[in-house]
Amino acid sequence: MTSQIRIALRNCGIIDPEQIEDYIARDGYIALAKVLTELSPETTIDIIKKSGLRGRGGGGFSTGLKWEITRKVQAAQKYVVCNADEGDPGAFMDRSILEGDPHSVLEAMAINGYCTGGSKGLVYIRAEYPLAVERLKIAIKQAKEYGFLGENILGAGFNFDIEIRFGAGAFVCGEETALIHSMEGLRGEPTVKPPFPSEEGYLRKPTNVNNVETYANIPVILNKGWEWFSSIGTEKSKGTKVFALAGKINKVGLIEIPMGTTLREVIYEIGGGIQNGKEFKAAQTGGPSGGCLTKRHLDIPIDYDNLIAAGSMMGSGGLIVMDEDDCMVSIAKFYLKFTVEESCGKCSPCRIGNKRLLELLEKIVQGNGTMEDLDKLRNLSTVIKDTSLCGLGQSSPNPVLSTIENFYDEYSEHINKKKCRSGVCKALMQYLIIPDNCIGCTLCARNCPVNAITGERKQAHLIDQEKCIKCGACMEKCKFNAIIIN
Amino acid sequence: MKIRSKEELNKLRDVLKAKAAGLAQKDNSSSIIQVKVTMSTCGIASGSRPIFDFFKEELAKRNIPAKVSQSGCMGFCYAEPTVEITIPGENPVIFGFVTNKKADEIIERFIRKGELVEGIIPQDYETVIFN
Repeated sequence: MTSQIRIALRNCGIIDPEQIEDYIARDGYIALAKVLTELSPETTIDIIKKSGLRGRGGGGFSTGLKWEITRKVQAAQKYVVCNADEGDPGAFMDRSILEGDPHSVLEAMAINGYCTGGSKGLVYIRAEYPLAVERLKIAIKQAKEYGFLGENILGAGFNFDIEIRFGAGAFVCGEETALIHSMEGLRGEPTVKPPFPSEEGYLRKPTNVNNVETYANIPVILNKGWEWFSSIGTEKSKGTKVFALAGKINKVGLIEIPMGTTLREVIYEIGGGIQNGKEFKAAQTGGPSGGCLTKRHLDIPIDYDNLIAAGSMMGSGGLIVMDEDDCMVSIAKFYLKFTVEESCGKCSPCRIGNKRLLELLEKIVQGNGTMEDLDKLRNLSTVIKDTSLCGLGQSSPNPVLSTIENFYDEYSEHINKKKCRSGVCKALMQYLIIPDNCIGCTLCARNCPVNAITGERKQAHLIDQEKCIKCGACMEKCKFNAIIIN
Repeated sequence: MKIRSKEELNKLRDVLKAKAAGLAQKDNSSSIIQVKVTMSTCGIASGSRPIFDFFKEELAKRNIPAKVSQSGCMGFCYAEPTVEITIPGENPVIFGFVTNKKADEIIERFIRKGELVEGIIPQDYETVIFN
């Protein structure tokens, strides 16, 4: 039987997120107390390193190593930042953790402050998450009242405070350098790394940036030991991953699975299969930076490295399932449109290149594409990946490359046969009236919003393809199945 | 209340843990029916707030002592609003697609009489929860 293991989500749905007592009753702040009174910062970092925990925001960098680098930089002031700028379409893991268990993040940030030498924590959260913000505020207030934040925490002589910083919901601000600039009150634009934030971040001081889910894992690792944590998962990806399961799946939901679970188990067992008994076509992971997994990827164990080998990526954990009714060219276009809107415009490969990619895709879905356009798409994608400034641009062509790689037939059908097999691309379909079935009731003509249908009463009608806007109103109204999509 | 040392925190944790365990135990002086309503953004958007109020008001009106509380996401987004009911001494049961009508049925039949009511979310996979 497939199982979920809830580590980051251990308290979500179990405790009242607005009651710190509920959190304490489930061993809340015990890890912080243990670290402050029994463990040195070095030992703690060593435990996190040995646990094998990797950044859950998408990059997959070793969390312990990041902490160690921040610790080693000498500075009078250091900062601890929590990246809660969840921006992938269809992703809601971080929001759910903050709404369901905000204290787990606060506790881990304080632990990080003790380890790295930071005395100030900042949660960067999008203002579009009002409930998460509200619960976070309540949690910070309660933690201060109990003395888990503030001065001389638990009598151990350690001071740590947390504030909230609001983001306006720009996708690029999930990139750590852009996030830091946004917090400084500057434009949310990335800068070249190095220097990494661990060396020079917020206000040019060493800054440890981790994602919400990464932090949520920390207290459990310290309470149960790195041996326990690293016994879960695959060789290079330890622990669990939270996924927001969305799309054409029966049980849309928030799941946490051990690394190494297969896509098949996620979709057919935990997710209950595809809606309306349709056929599975693809699963999109990694959001606009990721790619598509297809039927032939159903049995590979999900972890950081396998997903990259399959042409996708772990990303922050959005998993959108698509069925036979989804057109993969349109899906690529959807993600690219998102990137074009969200590109900050600082570097030209991303600003102009993605726009050109989008135009090429638009040309294909309009039925005007050529096979040379496919080569252009591939070449331009490679250039954008190689030359963009930050992670957004470096990964933005992934949905295009991944769909061309996995669904080449669909692209060539759009180009050569002017056909969209899923019936999504409107420019490639025609509504036609079958004269033999049409009794001339005039119902379709009366319902056509653009008067594209003509014909005498009791005689077969005709749709003017020039005028038709392909709204489908005629087909919906016809009682004699006389209208078909070609 | 400021916690000033690890020992104080451990003591508080033990007290709170025992209290929470007591609520769910059969034949405990403090045992009580617990109703948890999922109140994350997704739950509230699907209408869990009126359900929360309904349980709170109706259980009081019908003289059924119970602790009604809110919780974060239980993960069953497809079935929101979801409600978890724990009757002392028994395993928690989660109901999905709860409406006022369904809530009324849950109170009258499941809570009062212990009858099974339709709408229980089947657990066809295992979940291990750590703390």
